[in-house]
Amino acid sequence: MSAGDKSNRDKGKTAGRNVSRRRFLTETAQAACAVGLLGLGLTFVAEKSRVHAAQVLRPPGALPEDDFLASCLRCGICVNDCPYNTLKLATPEDPVATGTPWFNAREIPCEMCDDIPCISHCPSGALSPELKDIDDARMGLAVLIDRENCLNLQGLRCDVCYRVCPLIDEAITLQRTRNTRTQVHAVFEPVVHSDACTGCGKCEQACVLDVAAIKVFPRELAQGELGKHYRFGWQEEERTGEKLVPWENKMPARMPGNSLNDGGDL
Amino acid sequence: MSKRRPATEAVAVKGIWKAFRFLWLRRLMQLSILGLFVAGPVLGVWLISGNLSSSLILGKVPMSDPLAVLQSLLAGHPVVAVGVIGAGLVIALYALTGGRSFCSWVCPVNMITDLAAWLRRRLGIRTNHRLPRKARYWLLALVLALPVVTEILIWEFINPISLVYRGLLFGLGAGWYLLAAIFLFDLLVTSRGWCGHLCPLGAFYGLAGKYSPLIMSAARREKCDDCMDCYAVCPEPQILPMALKPKKGFGPVLKTLDCTRCGRCLDVCAKDVFEYQVQLKNQHPLIPVKAVE
Repeated sequence: MSAGDKSNRDKGKTAGRNVSRRRFLTETAQAACAVGLLGLGLTFVAEKSRVHAAQVLRPPGALPEDDFLASCLRCGICVNDCPYNTLKLATPEDPVATGTPWFNAREIPCEMCDDIPCISHCPSGALSPELKDIDDARMGLAVLIDRENCLNLQGLRCDVCYRVCPLIDEAITLQRTRNTRTQVHAVFEPVVHSDACTGCGKCEQACVLDVAAIKVFPRELAQGELGKHYRFGWQEEERTGEKLVPWENKMPARMPGNSLNDGGDL
Repeated sequence: MSKRRPATEAVAVKGIWKAFRFLWLRRLMQLSILGLFVAGPVLGVWLISGNLSSSLILGKVPMSDPLAVLQSLLAGHPVVAVGVIGAGLVIALYALTGGRSFCSWVCPVNMITDLAAWLRRRLGIRTNHRLPRKARYWLLALVLALPVVTEILIWEFINPISLVYRGLLFGLGAGWYLLAAIFLFDLLVTSRGWCGHLCPLGAFYGLAGKYSPLIMSAARREKCDDCMDCYAVCPEPQILPMALKPKKGFGPVLKTLDCTRCGRCLDVCAKDVFEYQVQLKNQHPLIPVKAVE
């Protein structure tokens, strides 16, 4: 075998290897690009699901939405265990992540079973087993959103949302104010208390109007939050026994509105 | 002759039952499992609650989709014990029976894609956009990477396997678009496109059943007369040469991640070349036949 033959053969071998290496690199790059694009598209779709629609309520014990989306396996055991057909699994066109359990308060609210059957068989912990008392559930927060159509606020005695509330006089109270229209009657205003409302949705479902004046929204939408640094003076005083601000502020007594410009006593 | 009727010879030689035995058994199994789930909401007989993503048998034994649980773990959520045990049970089951026996004996999408493949043969549709069979591993990697990045179980939005059960048990909605898309893709674009090339769950189960003792074997391959009927029905026909042809270098055992243990090759073969084998000691490792002989 001459040296020339050998070098030719080596060259052939190298060329063959180059072709297959080139093909390998091309195919790998193609696959990586295709998968990457697909991943971006899917991420785009899924990220949208983080913000679910206002009428979507999660079952009792549901983790905060971000954790819920990371954990719920979408098996529907909670739906099967719900005795009132409240819960359903989202289909692709529902306004919430496909396959996850939710309910619409106006259609079928949560009946707040004492034994919380929807949680008991959850295989993922997306419905937290730490919830032992259904009164501690925070599925949403009721908001009396339309004062101009609420019958009670017109001075009538509807009271339905107040009376159906499972935590009557805790989650919803009736606050009596003067009826300025008749000047002789009282207005019984339904007031929701965020520290007690479970978001079961019975008030929204029972509202006698064609479209409910009181609605239950996910807590992420409806609930406020105090600034982390904020302190209420009277609470601090109770806790420490000392005033937060030791000196007495002299503030003028005035009504909101234009009284500042009215030249009232400052 | 573009339209193939691959079982014709098998029916003539073995009779109609033996030529379709495992096909009917598989359909029976697939529909029975579906029936057990459906019996709860429809008849009020709760033998199994849930769906293929996670279920509870007789209110006691959990079974969970291991890929879904794995995604949840990767998304940073500590799944409660029930889910992990359920996933472990499923993995153990398919480690024994061969991971992809899920694909052919349980998965409901199999009925859709088998129908597409059958129609393809009957209508003589030859168009075939070639995809790499390895694409499923890329997709599996994607399915596992996305929860790490986004902390959302993204695959579960579009997973057609869980979608069928969820749809039948809890309402399908627009989900049938996706199933129709898979059917048309398999029928018109790529032969065995979804199950044989893309499905990441199939890839996952294939890996889970890598060391399964239950395998197909071309035990009597010397009888093979190259009629190609098994190639026509096999959902992963690329694996057949290595079992049938000593020249291709491997033993008669279909020791591969891709075999779904569907048994169609066994049924359709008029020469009875194939058989199921249980190999506890793994007597036929993946070594060249020449080295054995």
